[in-house]
Amino acid sequence: MSVAHDHDHGAHDAHHHEMSFIEKYIFPTDHKYIGKQYMFTGMFMALFGGFYAYVFRMQLAFPNMSVPFFGRVSPMEYNAAITQHGTVMIFWVAMPVLIAAFGNFLIPLLIGADDMAFPRLNRLSYQIFLVSAVVLIASWFVPGGAFGGAWTAYPPLSADARYSLTPMGSSMWLIAVALEFAAFLLGGINFIVTAMNGRAPGMKWNDVPMIVWMICIASILFMASVGPLVAGAIMLLFDQNLGTNFFDPRRGGDPILWQHLFWFFGHPEVYVVLLPATGMCAEVIPVFARKKLFAYDTVLYTTIGTGVLSFFVWAHHQFVAGIDPRMANVFTITTVLISIPIAEMVFLYIATLYGGSIRYTVPMLWALGFIFAFLIGGVTGIYLGASGADIYFHDTYFVVAHFHYTFFPIAFIGTFTGFTYWFPKMFGRMMNETLGKIHFFGTMISFNFIFLPLFATGLGGDHRRIYNYNNFPELATPDLQNLRILATVALLVLIAFQFIFIYNTFYSMFFGPISGTNPWKATTLEWTTPENPPGHGNWPPDNMPTVYRGPYEYSVPGREDDFWPQNQQS
Amino acid sequence: MAAFRPIANTRSATGIPTAKLAVWWLLVSEIVIFGGVLASYLMHRLGHPEWANYAVHTQTAIGATNTLVLLSSSLTAVLAHQAAQTGDGKKAAKFLLATIAGACLFLCFKAYEWHGEIEEGFVPWTNGFWAFYYTAAGIHASHVIVGAIIMAFVAKDAYAGRDLHRVENVGLYWHFVDLVWIFLFPLLYIAK
Repeated sequence: MSVAHDHDHGAHDAHHHEMSFIEKYIFPTDHKYIGKQYMFTGMFMALFGGFYAYVFRMQLAFPNMSVPFFGRVSPMEYNAAITQHGTVMIFWVAMPVLIAAFGNFLIPLLIGADDMAFPRLNRLSYQIFLVSAVVLIASWFVPGGAFGGAWTAYPPLSADARYSLTPMGSSMWLIAVALEFAAFLLGGINFIVTAMNGRAPGMKWNDVPMIVWMICIASILFMASVGPLVAGAIMLLFDQNLGTNFFDPRRGGDPILWQHLFWFFGHPEVYVVLLPATGMCAEVIPVFARKKLFAYDTVLYTTIGTGVLSFFVWAHHQFVAGIDPRMANVFTITTVLISIPIAEMVFLYIATLYGGSIRYTVPMLWALGFIFAFLIGGVTGIYLGASGADIYFHDTYFVVAHFHYTFFPIAFIGTFTGFTYWFPKMFGRMMNETLGKIHFFGTMISFNFIFLPLFATGLGGDHRRIYNYNNFPELATPDLQNLRILATVALLVLIAFQFIFIYNTFYSMFFGPISGTNPWKATTLEWTTPENPPGHGNWPPDNMPTVYRGPYEYSVPGREDDFWPQNQQS
Repeated sequence: MAAFRPIANTRSATGIPTAKLAVWWLLVSEIVIFGGVLASYLMHRLGHPEWANYAVHTQTAIGATNTLVLLSSSLTAVLAHQAAQTGDGKKAAKFLLATIAGACLFLCFKAYEWHGEIEEGFVPWTNGFWAFYYTAAGIHASHVIVGAIIMAFVAKDAYAGRDLHRVENVGLYWHFVDLVWIFLFPLLYIAK
C-alpha cells in the first residue's frame, strides 16, 4: 500500500536522531520508555493501594485504635479505604503494569519490530493515564472525602451525594476511571494493530510468543467489554450531577442496570489481567525447564475459549441481587464451564515442566508460585459460581479470600514473574538472586497467611462490609478475632518483605552485575538485540530480525546449544 | 517535528494497511459503547410501555431530515475517498469539506430541535425516556463534532497532497457515525 514508503524521512534518519532529555524521559515515544513509565507509575500507585489495605486491616484487627501513620479510622474513612484499595489495585496497578507496561515493553521486542505502530498515540495513552491517576489522587483530598461506595460503585449509593456523602469524591472517582478506560482503549488498539501488522518477516501466527497473544487477546476482551461501562459511567455521571434517573430507584431508575453494565465489563476484566500473567508463565516456564511449551496451539485455543466464555458469566456476581433464578442457573453453568479451559491451561504448564531440566531461578519460582496460588483461587471460585452455595457465601470474607487468591497472583506474583525475568532486558543488569529468593518466600508465605484465615472467617459468617465487628456480638468472638489479627499481622509481614524487592530493584538497576544480552539463554527475539538494554529502534534498521521458527525451541536433539533462537537461520 | 514513522508502522503482515486496521479496531470499541447505551435503552423501553407517551413529543420530521443530511454526507465522504484513490487530493479535500458542512447542518438541526424540546420542558431529568434520549443522541452528536474536526485536519493534508490514505480512514469512521444514527432514529423517533 501507499502507506509504506511515502515518507522519506522515515525510521532510518530518526534512528540516528539524538534525543533531548525531555524527548527521551518526559515525553518519550519509544515503547520501552513508555513501558517503564507505566511500570513505575503502577508500582507507585501500588504503594497507595497497599497503604489503604494496611489502614483497613488494622481497623479490623484492632478496632478503633489509632493506626500508625494514619490515626483513628472513621467509618467514612474505612469505606473510602476499601473503595480506593480496590480501585487502585485493579485499575491503577494490575492494568497498567500487566497490560500497558509489559505490553509496551514486550510486544515490539518479541515480534521483532522497532517500536509500536503508533508511537505518538502510545505516548498520548500514557499521558491520559497519568492524568487519570492525578484525578484519582486529587479525589482523596476534596471536601467530603474520597468516594466510599466500593470499587463496584453500585447505585443508588453512588448515584446521589445525599447517599454517598461524597459530592466531589464520587464524580472525580468516576472521571478518573473513565479517563483510565480511554487510555487503555488507545493502548489496546495500538497493541493489537502492532502485533497483527508489525511482525518480523517470517513470523507466522504460531511463531508469536504466547505473552504477545495473551496481551492482545486481553486487549480485545477489554475493548469488547468496557464499552457498556463507558456508557454506564456517562449515565452515572449524569445521575450524580444533572439529576437524571438512570439508576436511582427513588427517581424511577433501575440500580440493577448498573450492575449488569458493570459486571459485563467487570468479569471479563478478571481475564483481561489474568491472561498477561499466565502469558508470563508461558514464557518463563519453557526457558527454565529447557523444554518446549507443551501444546502451543492448545494453550492458544484455551485462551480464546476463556475469552469468549468470559462474556457469559457476569451475572454470577448478582445471584442475590434479585435476578431471575432461571437466569442464575444459566450463569452457574457458564461459570463452572469457564474453569475447564483455565484448568486445561494449568495442566499444559505442568506438562511443560514434566521431564524438563528445571532451574529454580527467581522468575521460575514466581511462575510456579503463580500456578499454585491461582489454583486455590480457581478452585474456590467453583463454590461461588454455584448459585446455591453463593447465596450463603455472598458478601462474606470467603469471597474476599477467593478473589484475592486470583488477583494477588495475577497482579503481584505475575508481575514479579515478568519483572524479574525481563529485568536484564529492561536495565541491562541482573537482580540479586538471594534477595530475590528471600522476597519470594517471604511474600508467598505471608500472602497465604493473610487469606487462608479469611476463608475461615468467611465461613464463620464474617460479612465483608463491616467496620467494627465488636458491634456484632456473634461475630466478636475471640476465635474469629484471632484469625483477623493473624491476617493483619501477615499483611504487615508481606508489606515488610516488599521493601526487599524495592531495594533489590533499585540497587540492581544501578549496581547489579552486567547481564549481557541473553542471560537466560532464551530463544525469543528480545534476547537477540545487539545492545542491552536495547537502544532506540531495538535493532539496527538495516538488520532487523527475520524469524525462522517457533518461540520455544529448547533442547532440540542433535544441536550443540540447548536453545535455538527464533532468528537463527540454521 | 516531522512525523516519525517506525518500521512497525510500515509493515503489513496481515495485508491490511496499518492505519485502516487501527480504525477498524477503534470502531469495534465504539460499537460496544453505543451497544451498551442502546441495549440499556431497549431493555427499559420494553419494561416501560408508558415511555411511548413521552416519545410522542420527539419531532420525527427533524429527525428524518437529519437522517437525510447524514446519509448525504456519507455520500460525499465516499466521493472524497474515490477522489483520493485517483490521487486527486484537492478534489478529495472539497468533498471532505462538503461532508463537514453536512455535519454542521446536522448539528444545527439538532440544536434547533433540542432548543424547542427544552423550551417545552423536556429536559434530561424529566424522566427516563428523556434521559436516554439526550444521552444517546448527545454521545452521538459528540462523535459528529469529533468526526468533523478530524476531517478538517485530513482535508488540510489532502489538499496539500499528503497522507491521502487518511481520507478513506476518516470516511470509515464517518460511515460508522452515520450507521449509529440509523439505529438511533427509529428507536428514539419512529417507535411511538
